Amino acid sequence: MRDVHYGWLIRYLHANTASFFFIFVYLHIARGLYYGSYRSPRVLLWSIGVIILILMIVTAFLGYVLPYGQMSLWGATVITNLMSAIPWIGQDIVEFLWGGFSVNNATLNRFFSLHYLLPFILAALVCVHLIALHEHGSSNPLGVSGNTDRLPFHPYFTFKDLVTVFLFLLVLGVMVFYAPNYLGHSDNYIPANPMQTPASIVPEWYLLPFYAILRSIPNKLLGVVAMLASLLILLAMPIVDTSRVRGSQFRPLMRWAFWLFVADFFVLMYIGSQHVEEPFITVGALATAFYFSWFLIVVPVIGIVENTLLDIATEPKS
Amino acid sequence: MMFRTLLIGATLALSPLAALAAGGEGGHIHNVRFSFDGPFGTYDQNQLQRGLQIYTEVCAGCHGLKFVPLRTLSDEGGPGIPEDQVRAYASELAVLDEGANMHLYDAAEGELRALTPNDNFPANDSLGAPDLSLMAKARAGFHGPYGLGINQFLKGIGGPEYIVGILTGYTGEEKVEAGVTLYENTAFPGGWIGMAAPLYGEDVEFADGHSNELHHEAEDVAAFLMWAAEPKLAARKQAGLTGVVFLAILSVLLYLTNKRLWAPVKGKEVL
Repeated sequence: MRDVHYGWLIRYLHANTASFFFIFVYLHIARGLYYGSYRSPRVLLWSIGVIILILMIVTAFLGYVLPYGQMSLWGATVITNLMSAIPWIGQDIVEFLWGGFSVNNATLNRFFSLHYLLPFILAALVCVHLIALHEHGSSNPLGVSGNTDRLPFHPYFTFKDLVTVFLFLLVLGVMVFYAPNYLGHSDNYIPANPMQTPASIVPEWYLLPFYAILRSIPNKLLGVVAMLASLLILLAMPIVDTSRVRGSQFRPLMRWAFWLFVADFFVLMYIGSQHVEEPFITVGALATAFYFSWFLIVVPVIGIVENTLLDIATEPKS
Repeated sequence: MMFRTLLIGATLALSPLAALAAGGEGGHIHNVRFSFDGPFGTYDQNQLQRGLQIYTEVCAGCHGLKFVPLRTLSDEGGPGIPEDQVRAYASELAVLDEGANMHLYDAAEGELRALTPNDNFPANDSLGAPDLSLMAKARAGFHGPYGLGINQFLKGIGGPEYIVGILTGYTGEEKVEAGVTLYENTAFPGGWIGMAAPLYGEDVEFADGHSNELHHEAEDVAAFLMWAAEPKLAARKQAGLTGVVFLAILSVLLYLTNKRLWAPVKGKEVL
């Protein structure tokens, strides 16, 4: 930051771009959920996407540890200790990850190696994601075949996307140059100190919803399982979506349900940022319950209800 | 449609859910108008020099500044002290905590050598006071409303404001707890701080005759510490102006190009 020319630019770009990466990926996932992009025949595509999301989260976490401020150290301590919830071998795995008996220099070394290794795997997965996409082509908002109305990718979509790219760079520029520390936590400018825990340990904003789910379960092992499940449950979307119609565009009930889910995501994000105290504990538990029941109850039931209504409406009158 | 997506994106980007946390009792921080606020604000050179004087004469007694190189005192956008004066300042700077500055140890002389502009400010752990190099970025003055952190976007994170708040927030009350004297402070989370009031007003005499009332001194040293934590602030905002203007123009041009490109398609009757 101080001695490298434009070191401040590199550091701030790196940190803020990670945030923006997540903004776009969350928008991308939300779009996929809304328009039913996970449905057959694109299940493989969706599944690879979920793996990419998980790997992204891991990469971001590893990177956040590297500045080695207070939040890095204690974030790393909390998250690596999740492994200790594994029965029998948990503690051994944690110490294996640390390379010692606490988060230390050896931990930093391996996290650094992994933090630049994983993006290559991520890039490879993105290629696989694209190959899987090209198997059946993009879906579209209407959820019906668009084969009669196609345009070449270039110049139409390259330019359309370039507009987005430049607007993204513009907003990113505003953040990097004028509010570079806004998305971070000031505690991470305190050098790591194993003798002192910060007032609160919170991850970066993009991991807050999952952190909230982790903290909502008053049992260590189940909390860890719930947090992992909150990501993996996305894989169930192709199964739990019982509707015959692709996407939410022509399904009024599902549209409501979708936005409720988005709201729940933001509620969880807020809960994750707060101290563990009332009313946040209760609200967090309810929001977590809704998160899972959205996938397991709301989506399938709405599908069945809408299918039934459709059947009743289109039944030939005898 | 895409614009709507972008709007959502932008809103999300600016949504402040990141910056939350450690609120708590005590902690009353008031916004201070600093010369470096806002997108065009830069450091006030005279203020930084006054802050340096306060740091040297008062704070340095307990606090180190070990990540800040002395040579940067002459950098553009900083205190802008001429190089020969920095050399003189460095050579006269006392190293109060020998144990924390053993990199200066001169084996032939058997003592610590004098500082040069290439050295950093000395570290000082003698009383366990925190190093101040990054203090102005390591504290958040503003969290609200409701822990959402939106204030941080409007007023700034509030590090320098927090420092001003601490320095001016002493009520004069003190108590002894477990053998430690604690001083009541309206800005400190929890309300009781281990540091005795370091400034009372009229602690230093400024060469330029500037007011040395308590709140002026507090603001000056807060500004200096902000510079110590973020020495490239001026360069950053300068680069930002160029970058943002450039990107804004290119974005508009691209949007118009894209509109033109799609015009024949958008007007088409589908089947």
